[in-house]
Amino acid sequence: MNFAEQIQLLRRRTFLGQVGRGVGGVALASMLAESQAADAVRPDGWNGALTQPHFPAKAKRVIFLCMAGGMSHLETFDHKPKLAEMHGQPMPASYTAGQPIAQLQNSELKCFAPQHSFSQCGESGLEIADVFPHLQKQADELCIVRSMTTKAINHDPAHTFMNTGSLISGRPSMGAWLLYGLGKETTDLPGFVVLTSVGGGQSQPIAARQWHSGFLPSKYQGVQFHSQGDPVLYVRNPAGVDRDRQHDIVNATNQLNQIHGSLVDDPEVATRISQYELAFRMQDSIPALVDLSDETQATLDLYGTPGADGSFASNCLLARRLVERGVRFVQLYHRGWDHHGGVKNGVATTAKLVDQGTAALITDLKNRGLLEDTIVVFTGEFGRTPMAQGSGRDHHIKGFSMFWAGGGFKPGMTYGATDELGYNAVENVLSVHDMHATMLHQLGIDHKKLTVRFQGRDYRLTDVHGNIVNEILA
Amino acid sequence: MRLLIRSLALSIVFCFTAADAQDATVDFDQDVQPILSNYCFECHGPDQDSREADLRFDTQDGLLESGVIQPNRPDDSNLLQRILSDDPDLQMPPPSKEKRPTAEEIQTIKDWISSGAQWETHWSFTSPERPALDESPNAAHPIDQLIQKRLTANGLSPSPAADRATLARRLAFDLTGLPPDYSEVAKFVADDSPNAYERYVDQLLHSPHYGERMAIYWLDVVRFADSNGYHSDEPRSIAPFRDYIIESFNQNVPYDQLIVEHLAGDLLPNATVRQKVASGFNMLLQTTNEGGAQAKEYLAKYAADRVRNTGTIFLGLTLGCAECHDHKFDPFTTKEFYQFAAFFADIQEQGVGNPPAHPVIEPDDQQTLDEFDAQLAELKGKAKLLSDSLAQQTADWEAALAEENAAQLTADSGWSIIGPISLDGVDNPLQHAWPAESDPDNVDWQSKPLADGQVHALPETPGVFYLRRTVTASAETPMQVQLGSDDAVKVWVNAKVVHQNDVRRGVAANQDQFSVQLNAGANSILVKIVNYSGGAGFYFQAETGSLPTAIAAILQKSSSDRSEEERQQLAKYHRSQSDEWNSLQTEIESAERQRQQFVDSLPKTLMTVSTQPRTMRILARGNWMDDSGEEVQPAVPSIFQSLNDATATSENERPNRLDLAHWIASNQNPLTARVFVNRLWKLYFGKGLAEPLDDLGAQGTRPIQPELLDWLAIEFMESNWDVRHMVKTIVMSQAYQQTSVRSEQLAKVDPYNRLLARQASFRLDAEMVRDNALAISGLLVRTIGGESVKPYQPKGYWRHMNFPVREWQADEGDNLYRRGLYTWWQRMFLHPSMLAFDAPSREECTVERARSNTPQQALVLLNDPTYVESARQFARRVLTEGGDSMEAKLNWAFQTAVARSIRAEEQSVLLDLIAKHTAEFQSESDSADAILNVGASPVPDDVDKVELAAWTSVCRVILNLHETITRR
Repeated sequence: MNFAEQIQLLRRRTFLGQVGRGVGGVALASMLAESQAADAVRPDGWNGALTQPHFPAKAKRVIFLCMAGGMSHLETFDHKPKLAEMHGQPMPASYTAGQPIAQLQNSELKCFAPQHSFSQCGESGLEIADVFPHLQKQADELCIVRSMTTKAINHDPAHTFMNTGSLISGRPSMGAWLLYGLGKETTDLPGFVVLTSVGGGQSQPIAARQWHSGFLPSKYQGVQFHSQGDPVLYVRNPAGVDRDRQHDIVNATNQLNQIHGSLVDDPEVATRISQYELAFRMQDSIPALVDLSDETQATLDLYGTPGADGSFASNCLLARRLVERGVRFVQLYHRGWDHHGGVKNGVATTAKLVDQGTAALITDLKNRGLLEDTIVVFTGEFGRTPMAQGSGRDHHIKGFSMFWAGGGFKPGMTYGATDELGYNAVENVLSVHDMHATMLHQLGIDHKKLTVRFQGRDYRLTDVHGNIVNEILA
Repeated sequence: MRLLIRSLALSIVFCFTAADAQDATVDFDQDVQPILSNYCFECHGPDQDSREADLRFDTQDGLLESGVIQPNRPDDSNLLQRILSDDPDLQMPPPSKEKRPTAEEIQTIKDWISSGAQWETHWSFTSPERPALDESPNAAHPIDQLIQKRLTANGLSPSPAADRATLARRLAFDLTGLPPDYSEVAKFVADDSPNAYERYVDQLLHSPHYGERMAIYWLDVVRFADSNGYHSDEPRSIAPFRDYIIESFNQNVPYDQLIVEHLAGDLLPNATVRQKVASGFNMLLQTTNEGGAQAKEYLAKYAADRVRNTGTIFLGLTLGCAECHDHKFDPFTTKEFYQFAAFFADIQEQGVGNPPAHPVIEPDDQQTLDEFDAQLAELKGKAKLLSDSLAQQTADWEAALAEENAAQLTADSGWSIIGPISLDGVDNPLQHAWPAESDPDNVDWQSKPLADGQVHALPETPGVFYLRRTVTASAETPMQVQLGSDDAVKVWVNAKVVHQNDVRRGVAANQDQFSVQLNAGANSILVKIVNYSGGAGFYFQAETGSLPTAIAAILQKSSSDRSEEERQQLAKYHRSQSDEWNSLQTEIESAERQRQQFVDSLPKTLMTVSTQPRTMRILARGNWMDDSGEEVQPAVPSIFQSLNDATATSENERPNRLDLAHWIASNQNPLTARVFVNRLWKLYFGKGLAEPLDDLGAQGTRPIQPELLDWLAIEFMESNWDVRHMVKTIVMSQAYQQTSVRSEQLAKVDPYNRLLARQASFRLDAEMVRDNALAISGLLVRTIGGESVKPYQPKGYWRHMNFPVREWQADEGDNLYRRGLYTWWQRMFLHPSMLAFDAPSREECTVERARSNTPQQALVLLNDPTYVESARQFARRVLTEGGDSMEAKLNWAFQTAVARSIRAEEQSVLLDLIAKHTAEFQSESDSADAILNVGASPVPDDVDKVELAAWTSVCRVILNLHETITRR
């Protein structure tokens, strides 16, 4: 039996168990709405393919902040004084010989000094660049990893690897895996939401494949929220149709579907009915969710946003609203970190656009008691070279930085290190698979056990790799 | 053909009979091998690098000769004892492994050993066997005979046939992807002649929409898309390939031919344009144009992509798993992966950059081109004659020229410059005389090399520039000046204003032209340029007499001193003085332009171009930077020996894609036919006979009906790979015609319908969901083929694409209402309505789409303008074609949408809705206007608006019904 069949079987059992076969009547629709094993909320909140967690779960949800374009670790979280000393000198060939290189192919490789100062912050004394004044104040909440590595040196494949653990397109993204495994804790919102913003550097494209469900059914896909037009595609009624009139359509559709369902024994009919009810609820809940008018001025000030303006800061606020309402995985992309030239001003500008929102998100989650069981992840798809590309830096995969906050990660710590020039991760090196494995672990999932059979193999988010990094767990 | 394929030297040990299913004895391939594959192969399988203790259980020798199995003696069989052991040092799989065999699986192994431990080769690697059938004249359809055997063995009987209307709708969707017109349904239902069903089937199979329906599936398999996929996901020209697929299915091109054309159409002798278009198959993979991408890395990716996808597409094998290590479950080594890749090493491609598209030149087009070429040849012939004749007159011509152009420039100072001078406070700078103008001899000129005939940038600041130059003429002569400036310009010769132009412009060549008279002796030229803002620039070119300066200079040399280049330059100038020559040139240029315009007007598509094969090496762990691996030549995996053996006889000639294609398309290949008919079965029953559809290797599940799969495969090959024959064969079976409604018994005994005691009911594919709504509404435009089209798509949906930034421009007119398979397939952002209904983005081969049931689907059907517009046009049809009474109209609507009459309880729901919405739209005529204006099609003026709006609500409900988007 493949997983789709398992789900179908579960669904059918639930359906039969709850309503019996051939039952009509008014109560049917609302009962069916909760009937799907994968969509209904069980009292304990676990309603995905996993009937119980493999480990006690420390966290329930994830907010993944992707610094798309490739944030320079050397201007943000990884201070390299030695690189400043070597500024303008040739990069020692011992580092670069035989290594993959992107745009600096066939160029002379020279060291390029860090362009921003760092300070020791908080009681923990974490070193964070001064371009992040707000994050510096949250230093004691952060678990910074300075030894990340990845496998792909170009944006598109690097995002694919970061999201799916594979360089081959068509595998499910991590949000889809989580939704599949854990389900969601909301009945009127999607369980995996994607938000995007731009600014501060050339906006590298980002593809919908990054939140695709791959070989999992499309119900596990990320749903993109938009700051312009309909917040979710097709969530707005057609012209000339108000809420009541739309409700009439949905009701009539479901009544006819019920009649049909009572004549053909097809569990998909019951599912269809519940999906129409969910869709109708989403038509209310999504506009309400993106309407920030019920937030206090103090909250808006904390994030530094005037309202839902499509900025990273307002997306951070939306992320909080989403997780509050039971969304499992929220992913924010800020498409502004590709600083091939002018890394000094570029990083300063982009950092300013993400600093306050990120710090506010951590503060706000903490104030609301959500930080302890929400994992906040902050990372690019790769880092940038210690070598100059004019006044900028090229893509770099052998060592870069990210941080975790909340979700049972050790706060106020730094883990791993790159060499003295910030080229290779040399101490406690983390792969993307390790990152995934550790994240899943905090959510109560053994990354080796959350598998789906596809093309004859048991696939998992971590492929055949991944180690849990216990040292960074509280 | 130089390839001789020998039959596979694989032993065929077993053959299913009906009794097998019920036999208590254990079947190695069906029961035991999957267990070994699942729990043991990872360390004791085909991958030699991860093999432990030098034991492998995936081969007969490895399993039976190594001593771990003692036939008939389970207690002495180490393999079993280690599984049973509690000792962590002995236990297998080792305690560290996640997966452990169940008690039932362990018992299976034990039973197999007890019953003699017979080995069998994996089923799909052995040739299919035609099962014994009753061939008497009144015997049942072979498919039904084979299904019946299993049903009987399980105490089941087939379900009754579906009603005729349901069958008509099922067949229409399955064979054409479109709903039937209700008049056709009615005709079919009423036709009680014995061959009515077959006639209806034949009619659909010969509809031009049959090819479209097959293409909807096949385009997923070959991963056809309109964009390149990676990073900037730029558009590619590939529509002719899609049309080739549609046409091929419609013309019923045999599948073996299709395979050859796909993989190697370009290599066929005298390849036709159709075959070259087909070879675009090799170019359907994702490509990148990302700055900073390394060609070598991407060439390695493309090679791996082709192995992975070719393996899945035609062979149902997961060859891609052997890229970094030997396959864990199937007998394929890493070396074999790269040998397979080497077949494609001749494909011309650049690694990074968009592959070029080639014009599709049909025979008619070629004739047009030949006419152009003949015309051009004739004109060029004339030109050659004229050129030769002019060459003979060179001496006379030169003498005449020398006479005409006695005056020569004998000295030239070149330019000197002053500026930029600030414009501060000057109202009319072009007329304001700065010292350089009023007293030029007493200012400090800077010499500046500004060559004639080139555009020069000047410092980018508002200001005035003066340029000065002195030329000396041997005699009085006219001089033609061509000038460019940014911005305003004024020119003096010998202190007299000869030209001025107060403009604001960017500089270019030849913006102003005028003539001046030079004196014998020194002449002073002064140019003033006023730059009002932005960039500044200057261009100057002059000719004295009637000769360009360069020609005048050549003429000054004696003919023996002239270089070859100068001689040609002179001859060219000579020709340019001939009116006859010039008019010939105009004709030639015009013919060439027309030819080019014609070529540009032809559709373009990616094709495979063969070149010198690249070196293919084994990449250790798939690492593209590692050049140390062994160099490999094209070969198929060694378990399929035939190609390698055959090519050994063809001396040293390197096997190529054509050889590979012929090997795949061979009747001796045990996989190709099975893989295809298995997928065909899926189209007509919702599921394949062997699952998954893309892995018939060791990890795939055994077909529950292996005899049926084999029978279909053999029938397919023996029919000469006749696809339409197979489709017809399947749909003519009683099994196909059963009802999809489950009986209580079947729901319990066979919930997944493995035994095929009923039909299946499933949601339409994404494209057909769209086609269905458009067809019901009457909006559907049934044109076949052509460029991909752009129906409505939410604004801004493409905003996250870049290089370049793009906005979807919806088409106008007919192209808004084309079938879903023509919708522009953007890999990065597939049309959201398609995506919602599980259409894949086609980065990789997809042989089976997920079928989900989501709120997004509801939102699309409720709110996407395509469906709202369809509803209002459907409503118009209901009002104009549906009869007089409300009841008649509702019934007509149901017949049109779901091919059946409406039920009383359904009618009452919709009557309530009409009443309510009629009243509402009556009082809110703005709302009625608003919904009737959704979509580009005109609002009809022959029906009442309120009525139309209310019926639009009804039609929205009907288009949203589960039944409407379901094939039953």
